[in-house]
Amino acid sequence: MNRFSYFRAESVEGALAALAADPGAKLIAGGTNLLDLMKYDVEQPSRLIDITQIEGLDTIGETTTGGIMIGALVSNTTIAYHPLISAGFPLLSSAILAGATPQLRNAATAGGNLNQRTRCYYFYDAALPCNKREPGSGCPAMEGVNRNHAILGASEQCIATHPSDMCVALAALGASVHVAGPEGQRTIAMADYHRLPNGSPERDTTLVAGEMVTGIELPAGAKRFAEHHSYLKLRDRLSYAFALVSVAASLQMDGRAIGDARLALGGVAHKPWRRTQAEEVLIGRPADDETFATAADVLLEGAHGREHNAFKIELAHRAIVRALSQAAAGTPQSQSDKRIA
Amino acid sequence: MTLRTLAPDDKIGITISLNGRPVQVEVDTATTLLDLLRNHLALTGTKKGCDHGQCGACTVLIDGERMNSCLKLAVMMDGREITTIEGLAEGDELHPMQRAFIERDAFQCGYCTPGQICSAVALVEEGHAHSREQIRELMSGNICRCGAYPNIVDAIEDVMAERRGQFREAAE
Ligand SMILES: Cc1cc2nc3c(=O)[nH]c(=O)nc-3n(C[C@H](O)[C@H](O)[C@H](O)COP(=O)(O)OP(=O)(O)OC[C@H]3O[C@@H](n4cnc5c(N)ncnc54)[C@H](O)[C@@H]3O)c2cc1C
Ligand code: FES
Ligand code: FES
Repeated sequence: MNRFSYFRAESVEGALAALAADPGAKLIAGGTNLLDLMKYDVEQPSRLIDITQIEGLDTIGETTTGGIMIGALVSNTTIAYHPLISAGFPLLSSAILAGATPQLRNAATAGGNLNQRTRCYYFYDAALPCNKREPGSGCPAMEGVNRNHAILGASEQCIATHPSDMCVALAALGASVHVAGPEGQRTIAMADYHRLPNGSPERDTTLVAGEMVTGIELPAGAKRFAEHHSYLKLRDRLSYAFALVSVAASLQMDGRAIGDARLALGGVAHKPWRRTQAEEVLIGRPADDETFATAADVLLEGAHGREHNAFKIELAHRAIVRALSQAAAGTPQSQSDKRIA
Repeated sequence: MTLRTLAPDDKIGITISLNGRPVQVEVDTATTLLDLLRNHLALTGTKKGCDHGQCGACTVLIDGERMNSCLKLAVMMDGREITTIEGLAEGDELHPMQRAFIERDAFQCGYCTPGQICSAVALVEEGHAHSREQIRELMSGNICRCGAYPNIVDAIEDVMAERRGQFREAAE
């Protein structure tokens, strides 16, 4: 670990001022991603700004419009088991419980999960080139070991994936991210929060320097998906592994037909992968495998596999069909009994 | 709490409640809670396996919640209550989970055991595990290279059953 100074912020304003004062500073919340990366010298902040003592960012509450506001410091465990979330947005609870372990979820915060970095092996190895870590140095993953890498939306510079499970559910639920910065506050739609790598893979999100996340808002309207949802995560072990492919599926049923749909993939791109066209082909159609396969075709259109990850295209296709049928039947994937029904 | 800035070479005094006793120590910014426990306070019950949040050997309870002490900075623990494996017994009376691990032979080399036991104590308190499947899933953050998993689940089931019995007695 490099040497760094430490500042304990007591307010959002204090944290923003400390960020503005030192371009090498980083916020620390649960520390489960940042300290891991610092131990590998991947992250070398000159200063850590401890935001965990800031008051008012650690609660979950209802908004005036019936939505839910989750403070940036709420732990992943608290979100997953909170009655407002497990009743109104069970897809989010399920996705969080599919990720990491109880110890990590206790420490991990909403804001930290949103801003966690990729698990690409080359990004993690500071001795090797990586365009995300060191722009312009190259991407060994292209021709190297790329089993957990992107099949959609990748660029010439980077084929890394965003590893979060929580964010896939947030994308499907149409959440928005509340941000504070030197210019004041703004709200970023979840679809725009993470970005594709294009020519600047060093940037994971559209957060700009000096800004911080203060909360995540779930829209009241997303409660209509509470009955028909599933988070299906496929990985190399049954527990405690990042997704090769994950699917967040939410349906609103209209008898046997689909009234409305939301669909997002994890483990396949630099951001949670969602295309509204794939949702549109579901609406008004009977909830059967043929309909689901059509949606999978649309969502995966243009997918490109490499030596070790080409299997993920077919895997994703099947996982989408399976997750949608679980959602339609009202039998979401259990995150403890791993049998896939 | 006062606002503090700490330079890399500075040491800062923090006060933690460690296994029920107040402890004051000086740490620098980069010291993890795990290294504080093992290297500075000579509490070597908590083990270092991976140092990256992957194995659970370093699991301790922070304000009652299980966490990986290798991914916590000591400076950020000021004012917190920390319980390690050394703090579970009451004098010579082992914690029920420690007794159950011995009775069920829930270890071989024992390296993962302090973390397993701290994790299991928290799991019972959390109350989300109601079947063997759920115990296994909610203990997935503790890796055992010796593969003592079936006996670990047995030990945890024993403690959960014991507790249900006690609640029943108390209610009657
Ligand atoms: C072994 C292991 C397995 C894991 N498995 C999974 C898994 O299966 N699925 C999954 O989804 N995740 C998994 N994780 C990742 C875990 O979810 C993240 O580490 C965690 O969510 C990060 O949250 P944190 O609060 O600890 O963040 P920190 O480590 O404190 O911060 C992470 C990043 O976010 C920034 N940040 C923190 N808070 C804010 C804020 N409010 N505003 C702006 N930036 C902020 C920090 O500056 C830093 O860059 C795993 C982690 C480990 C170590
Ligand atoms: S030493 Fe902390 S999880 Fe392995
Ligand atoms: S008993 Fe040896 S690692 Fe678990």
